[in-house]
Amino acid sequence: MSLLALESLTLSFGGIKAVDDLSFSVERGEIFTIIGPNGSGKTTIFNLLSRFYNPSRGRIVFDGEDITEMPAHTVAVRGIARTFQNIELFESASVLRNILVGTHVHRSTNMLQDMFFTPKTRSAEKGSRLHAEVIMDFLELQAYRDSLIRDLPYGIRKIVEIARALCTRPKLLLLDEPSSGLNVEETEDLAFWIQDIKRDLAITVLMIEHNMSLVSRVSDRVLALNSGRVLAMGSSFEVQQHPEVIRAYLGDAV
Amino acid sequence: MTEILQLTVTGIAVGCIYGLVALGFVLIYKVGEVVNFAQGDIMMLGAMLAITFIVSFKMNYWMGLGLAVVVMMVVGALIDMIVVRRIVGYPQFAIVMLTLGIGFVIRSVASFVWGPNARTLSTPFSAGMWNIQGLAISHTYISLIVGTMLLCTVLYPVFKYTRVGQAMQAASENQLAAYYMGIPVKRYMSLVWAISAGVATCAGVLLAPVTLVDVNMGSIGLKAFAAAVVGGFGSIPGALIGGIVIGLVEILAGVALDAAWRDSSPFVVMLVVLLVRPQGIFGSSVRKKV
Amino acid sequence: MRYVFKTRYEQDINLWKHVGDVFWYALLILVALLLPSAISGYYLSEISMLLIWVIGGLGTMLLAGYSGQISLGQAAFVGIGAYAHAIFLKAGIPFLVSLPMAAGLAGLVGFVIGRPLTRLHGIYLAIGTLAFASIMEQVFSHWDGVTGGHRGLAVAVPQLIGVSLDTEIRFYYLCLALTFMCTLGVLNWLRSPTGRALVAIRDSEVAAKSMGVNLVHYKASAFGASAFLCGLMGALLAHKISYLSPEIFSPLMSIQMLTLVVVGGLASIHGVFFGAAFIVMLPVLIGALKHLLPEAISQQPAIEPGVYGILLILFVLYEPTGMYGRWQKIKYFFAVFPLYKAATFKKQKTYMRSERLK
Repeated sequence: MSLLALESLTLSFGGIKAVDDLSFSVERGEIFTIIGPNGSGKTTIFNLLSRFYNPSRGRIVFDGEDITEMPAHTVAVRGIARTFQNIELFESASVLRNILVGTHVHRSTNMLQDMFFTPKTRSAEKGSRLHAEVIMDFLELQAYRDSLIRDLPYGIRKIVEIARALCTRPKLLLLDEPSSGLNVEETEDLAFWIQDIKRDLAITVLMIEHNMSLVSRVSDRVLALNSGRVLAMGSSFEVQQHPEVIRAYLGDAV
Repeated sequence: MTEILQLTVTGIAVGCIYGLVALGFVLIYKVGEVVNFAQGDIMMLGAMLAITFIVSFKMNYWMGLGLAVVVMMVVGALIDMIVVRRIVGYPQFAIVMLTLGIGFVIRSVASFVWGPNARTLSTPFSAGMWNIQGLAISHTYISLIVGTMLLCTVLYPVFKYTRVGQAMQAASENQLAAYYMGIPVKRYMSLVWAISAGVATCAGVLLAPVTLVDVNMGSIGLKAFAAAVVGGFGSIPGALIGGIVIGLVEILAGVALDAAWRDSSPFVVMLVVLLVRPQGIFGSSVRKKV
Repeated sequence: MRYVFKTRYEQDINLWKHVGDVFWYALLILVALLLPSAISGYYLSEISMLLIWVIGGLGTMLLAGYSGQISLGQAAFVGIGAYAHAIFLKAGIPFLVSLPMAAGLAGLVGFVIGRPLTRLHGIYLAIGTLAFASIMEQVFSHWDGVTGGHRGLAVAVPQLIGVSLDTEIRFYYLCLALTFMCTLGVLNWLRSPTGRALVAIRDSEVAAKSMGVNLVHYKASAFGASAFLCGLMGALLAHKISYLSPEIFSPLMSIQMLTLVVVGGLASIHGVFFGAAFIVMLPVLIGALKHLLPEAISQQPAIEPGVYGILLILFVLYEPTGMYGRWQKIKYFFAVFPLYKAATFKKQKTYMRSERLK
């Protein structure tokens, strides 16, 4: 059984179909990339998965459960974490506190216990901190631990977002254009990290990307999207050679 | 039956006032996304000025009104230039606090100058009464309704169809980009504050014969808020329609229920609208895109 | 400039950054405990008032500063707490039970009202709370049978386990104990997962949602907690002024509450104390200034709102981080002297509407 299955998903904004009868599935443990020109509906798919939008038709099945109607904040508990195209970090807080928010899904204390700061809260805090530190080690963010987000460069912020998402111990990680704004070295590091996430952390990755070399390097399967519809699906090489895909990107004259 | 019609007319007339004050809110919000919590107090200031000109200085009614409007337009523009302009780009909380502060200052200054006593104003319409099929409508109410309609019919096309109006709307979406496109954002903001203050003054003067004019008159601003919310914050016809709705609700609640409910009915309606359809009747809902 | 070298997670979890802090705060608490022996009744009563405002200020700061919800109607909850407490006492309920019950009632109302209001943001939320406060004002005035309406309601003297708290000193210790507990409670919340969730909601609702934070629940809880604290303030205030009438819980009180938060410094607990001191000191200062101003101006009763207005404007324009922010800038100035640069604290402005939407 696939980890994630989209079945005939459709979303219309007024007259425009952002996502049109879309169906595909993501298997456990693979790195699945979605490519497509701007406006083809890629981020819309993520927003549907995060339950920010309600589909007009269709179903989303995650890990055997129909999550199409679930409220947005329950998605993280079920094991889906995401990063955002335009970074959505908590500007006024430090990197550490941002990443610690990722541990919220696994909180074991309620508000009343927090108010009295019981020993249980204290040990839960230490546990969360340890977990965050492990993730920071993994993504080499230790030097930025106490820096405020507003003081950090764009590339580091993107990594912090990934760290925060990893802290939720997800089964599925949604990465929305992780390499945009990163230079060549940072993209290299990112490629290694994505592969490590798959191998060492056993997390399935669903990624939106424009950087074709990164896509070819890390992806197990690629889906090409245009106008909310599937153009082609297969290995990275197959999709990039597909005539429909080439036409969507480069136009008819070629 | 005539009783209900009578009340309806009163409700519409009162509603027009709320609509005019709400119009002031809506204009400023349309251009700068600033909610001017001082609008009610500006109306009070305009009314007091007009009364001073007409009663104390013995000016002709229309001249006094006109002069008050002009003076208040300058005051409105000055408030924008000296205080509000610096708040561009600040978070919403700061803007709310700032305009609240301005309202307080205006109220304080007014009470220094005019003291706590209420004033009255006699207008060219005070005495007259129209009789249509047993319905007695005082000229004052007619003046309220006509005055409001006039102002709205002038302002709506200005904002929708002229270049200045469209430029102002552009400025409200993205001030920096508007600046780069050559739109004199600061000047238009001051202009809109001036227009809004002028409209508020008209509202205050139209209202003067109907209620007590004292330094606390500005609390009508709260009910006008309800009108702006019901109609939709970015919409000029919305302000007027919202005002009429609130006016009618208030009058009818006062009759059907007890006095306590009459005073809180606009707020109850406002809360209901906020919870069911926050953008009001004509407003558009905006949502963050991720 | 002291650099704290961290070797244990405890150092980030604890309330104090290093031992020096412990010393200073312990000293402060000692001074607070010994205060009645040093100063006279009048000043002690002012300090009690300050503590009462601190409790309310903590609630408002929690709501406005830490969870990002502007409320222009805090006075309504203060009123609910005050009236509920007075009525419970009149009904014979012992003080120790009545106090938390009254605050609890205010908190419950806050939570219930907060739930639907969580759908509103920014200005709309502010207006919604204003509407609620206006409605409550009408309720206080018109529900004669229960609240005494405009005739007023007398408040009994608090009796704590047989000991009558009728002296300034005893009332002061009551306020001190409650302030201490509330401050500790709020500080604990802020360093725990709950506090992080609230700040997350303030900074980016979208991200908070995707991290599993139930927005409605947390926002409503913040509302409820803030209402509880304001209700507690109301109950204590009821004893202080010993006679309640609806005009006390007017929009002016809500504005004072917000001034406290703005002047003190948003999103800081120190700011609550600074702000409360400011609010309590202001009438005293105005009174002192009256002697200096010409007759005509000083005689006006409306001078107080005007002064609040000017201060709000000045602080919002020139010192948005409040008194605590200014204090931190001063400390920083001396710490890095002579390399201080004002631009360190310059805040980023958002010119686009889409950026202002949260």
